[in-house]
Amino acid sequence: MKRELTCISCPLGCQISVEMEDGNIISVTGNTCPRGERYARQEVLDPRRTVTSTVETEDSIHRRLPVKTVPEIPKDSIFPVMNEIRKQCVTPPVSIGDVIVHDIAGTGSDLVATGNLTE
Amino acid sequence: MDYDVIIIGGGVTGTASAWYLARYDLRVLLLEKGSDFCEGTSKANSGIVHAGYDPLPHTLKAQLNVRGNALIRELHDMLGLDFVQNGAMVVAFNEKEVKELEHLRAQGIYNGVTGQEILTRDEVLRREPNLSHDIAAALYLPTSGIICPFSLNYAFAENAMTNGMRPVFGAEATAIERIGGGYRVESSKGTFTARAVINAAGVYADRVNDMVAERHFTITARRGEYMLLDKTERGFISSTIFQMPTEAGKGVLVTSTAHGNILIGPDSKDIEDKENTSTDAEGLDYVMRLARKSAPGVNTRKVITSFAGLRAHPDGNDFIIEMPVPGFVNAAGIESPGLTASPAIGEMVGTMVAEYLGARRKERYIEERKAIVKASQLPLDERKRLIAKDPLYGRIVCRCEEISEGEIVEAIRRGATTLDGVKRRVRAGMGRCQAGFCTPRVMEILSRELGIPMEEIRKNDEGSEVLV
Amino acid sequence: MRELVIIGGGAAGLSAAVSAYDSGIRDILIVERAPELGGILNQCIHNGFGLHTFNEELTGPEYAGRFITEVLERKIEYRLNAMVIDVQPHLVTYVSSEGIVTEETKAIILAMGCRERPRGALNTPGYRPAGIFSAGTAQRLMNIEGYKVGSRVVILGSGDIGLIMARRLTLEGAKVLAVAEIMPYSGGLKRNIVQCLDDYSIPLYLSHTVTEIRGKRRVEGVTIAKVDERRRPIPGTEMDFDCDTLLLSVGLLPENELSLKAGAALSPVTGGPVVDDTLSTDIDGVFAAGNVLHVHDLVDYVSEEAAIAGRNAASYILSGSHSEDKVKVIPGNGVRYTVPQYIKRNAGSVTIRFRVSDVFSNATIAVREGENVLKRIKKRVLAPGEMEKVALPGPQYNEEIGIEVEV
Repeated sequence: MKRELTCISCPLGCQISVEMEDGNIISVTGNTCPRGERYARQEVLDPRRTVTSTVETEDSIHRRLPVKTVPEIPKDSIFPVMNEIRKQCVTPPVSIGDVIVHDIAGTGSDLVATGNLTE
Repeated sequence: MDYDVIIIGGGVTGTASAWYLARYDLRVLLLEKGSDFCEGTSKANSGIVHAGYDPLPHTLKAQLNVRGNALIRELHDMLGLDFVQNGAMVVAFNEKEVKELEHLRAQGIYNGVTGQEILTRDEVLRREPNLSHDIAAALYLPTSGIICPFSLNYAFAENAMTNGMRPVFGAEATAIERIGGGYRVESSKGTFTARAVINAAGVYADRVNDMVAERHFTITARRGEYMLLDKTERGFISSTIFQMPTEAGKGVLVTSTAHGNILIGPDSKDIEDKENTSTDAEGLDYVMRLARKSAPGVNTRKVITSFAGLRAHPDGNDFIIEMPVPGFVNAAGIESPGLTASPAIGEMVGTMVAEYLGARRKERYIEERKAIVKASQLPLDERKRLIAKDPLYGRIVCRCEEISEGEIVEAIRRGATTLDGVKRRVRAGMGRCQAGFCTPRVMEILSRELGIPMEEIRKNDEGSEVLV
Repeated sequence: MRELVIIGGGAAGLSAAVSAYDSGIRDILIVERAPELGGILNQCIHNGFGLHTFNEELTGPEYAGRFITEVLERKIEYRLNAMVIDVQPHLVTYVSSEGIVTEETKAIILAMGCRERPRGALNTPGYRPAGIFSAGTAQRLMNIEGYKVGSRVVILGSGDIGLIMARRLTLEGAKVLAVAEIMPYSGGLKRNIVQCLDDYSIPLYLSHTVTEIRGKRRVEGVTIAKVDERRRPIPGTEMDFDCDTLLLSVGLLPENELSLKAGAALSPVTGGPVVDDTLSTDIDGVFAAGNVLHVHDLVDYVSEEAAIAGRNAASYILSGSHSEDKVKVIPGNGVRYTVPQYIKRNAGSVTIRFRVSDVFSNATIAVREGENVLKRIKKRVLAPGEMEKVALPGPQYNEEIGIEVEV
């Protein structure tokens, strides 16, 4: 199996091909630097993303509180995580870094506030 | 009878009629199919108060243009209009056109236009240095002016309402029946009866006429496209520059607007769909090309918006102002110079209806209409006093036009229920960012003042909700 | 008389304030028109900020939060809900619900940021219904207010905000049908193309533009078509999309109406003031930094630049203006503009930021002083979407500095 990727390590955006067999990487081609290979391996074996969104609040001024997942979650958990985020409603006070949900959607990552809500 | 008069149409013609009728002891109802006044042909046009050199002598257009021009110059303070008498020039590019200038001037004199003057090329360029050096001469028209069309429409409407006129919005007239002593008008907002009906339905005036009168006419929607330039271009041109008129109208103009933008346009295209206010690439290209002919340096990179307006073009070329059936008055085919002529049309239509009804003058009639205060235009100390009295005038919502929350709240108090309604009354969202920054804020203020959820805030008519 | 007034409490204004304070200025006032400090960062809830400044990846509000904390720690004065309406040399007038105040000040830093290019500036034909948003307006309605702006969306322009919004809308349940980009390359970061479009299988149509908008009240559909080299639509290449929303991410414009009022000369290329290496405009005591000066790709560079303006404003306040003797920086082949446009002859080490005018691979950036080559830097790739910089050691500059791309 062959996976085609665009490298995001620099503006060059190399087209990288990753040859796979039984879930193992056979070869990485098309990259022009070691960073490209590292990116391709990670992206093929265990792609991860930070999800950023907002949650509802009970604050009268700030209707939404921005949040993010820490650390990055597996890419295929993005939509399950979004479903959990949609259910949340927070009450002030909240500070940047406060955990809103532990182990969100079973990803092992936390949902963390990226904004402040004062009382 | 529910009313003495029903006016169909809340554009400048319908509201001018209401404004004139307000001085009589009459119960007046105005039916408007849109969500606000000024939703049809009145909302998108050149905003020129024409001198009157262009209409053929002996036409209603000629008569009402010159009279309307005089009325606007006389009434603008009393009605709080955004009006500037900036003068206009019709420019000629060759000997043939220079000869035609003489003809236009003669026509102007015949129509009663005062102060006209033929300017030499040098004089033209001295007054307007950014005009083309290919210009050979120009006809100067000192009585010509520029007006914010919205301000005229709302001024008529607000003054009429102060004096008792009642508007119903979202009310499209669907049938009119003659009944004993008057008419019954069916509308999408109910049935109303009145002793007289005024048809001021713009591009739909033919349909409304057909509901009552034997003699039919056709109104064609003739679209004109425009481009509006940023106020940074203020001063590029200070007067209004026309090219030689053609069959299709007065051609592409370059003008300053009443608020200091530069406006170029329109083209002219007959269209079948009476609500087709879309622009097309061809039309906009044409406008740019012709505008550059008059003023080669016009900076079209500074365009902040382009738009299209409709002219209600009648098949006979002249305004149709008549009473074809007793008590039913047409004010139809009001294309250019309809905006200029509107107070005169209101006067003519109003007089016709008042005489027909044998109406008496009111004892108490309020002549004056105060414009919404423009906080940013006030002298500093006056502005400070205003903010001290109402701090909302110190909260700037529209940063480009420097419009405060106080002005927006006042627009809503005077009847704005939509983003466009606010924009046309106080210019929030009219500036260079085209409402990018202020839309969410204006929506919040509308939601708060009207007590409706954000999801119900509309741009204009039903179906134009901003959120989904 | 105040020492320093900073117009704008966003990324640039905050950083300029901190740096001016740390350079010895205590009497500082930040004037911010919004109800909070932080500027546009507050609505940029996505991550990717701060890698250069803090060596970690932050969201917009977190990045702003770091600088706000520094401003608060230093007890720097600020006014919120206050809009500056006039700037003259050494005078700043602002309006708020408390009234109108004119501050006399030794120095001014312009940090008003930028605004989005509206639809009107594109002359896109068609109707003007509800449902056409600039990407930032939609971003604010979604991220700050929590509203849904559309269900089926087409995006014109592949700048970073457009890309970020494609993902954001998708996460919130909307269907993004297409992103059209008139240029043959995207102005956005590679990372955003992959993580905002490819991740969600959103097609990017390069060399395409919107040729028609349908719908009289709410958007009902748009047509996009391929364009030729002169960016004119090619007949026969039209694609119709049924959608209720069109998002525009078609460029940012420095917001310089106040700079003009102050009388500052603007560059027709950047849209921002012409400045020297101290980021001083041609008006005595008026400095500029951030997106008001030129549109940046990364906020980290905004902060860095604003810190320079803060330092220089401080030095101006403490010891007055120095040498007026300057050399010009000339953008040569392949270089669209440089900031600064002038360098003082005795400036010392200077960083020049610039943007290239096209995509170049395996090219060299050459910096000359007169005929003399100061630097040659090899670049594997140069793109207009990315800001470049070169550092010059100084200490003296005697002739014009030229920067060009050699292919």
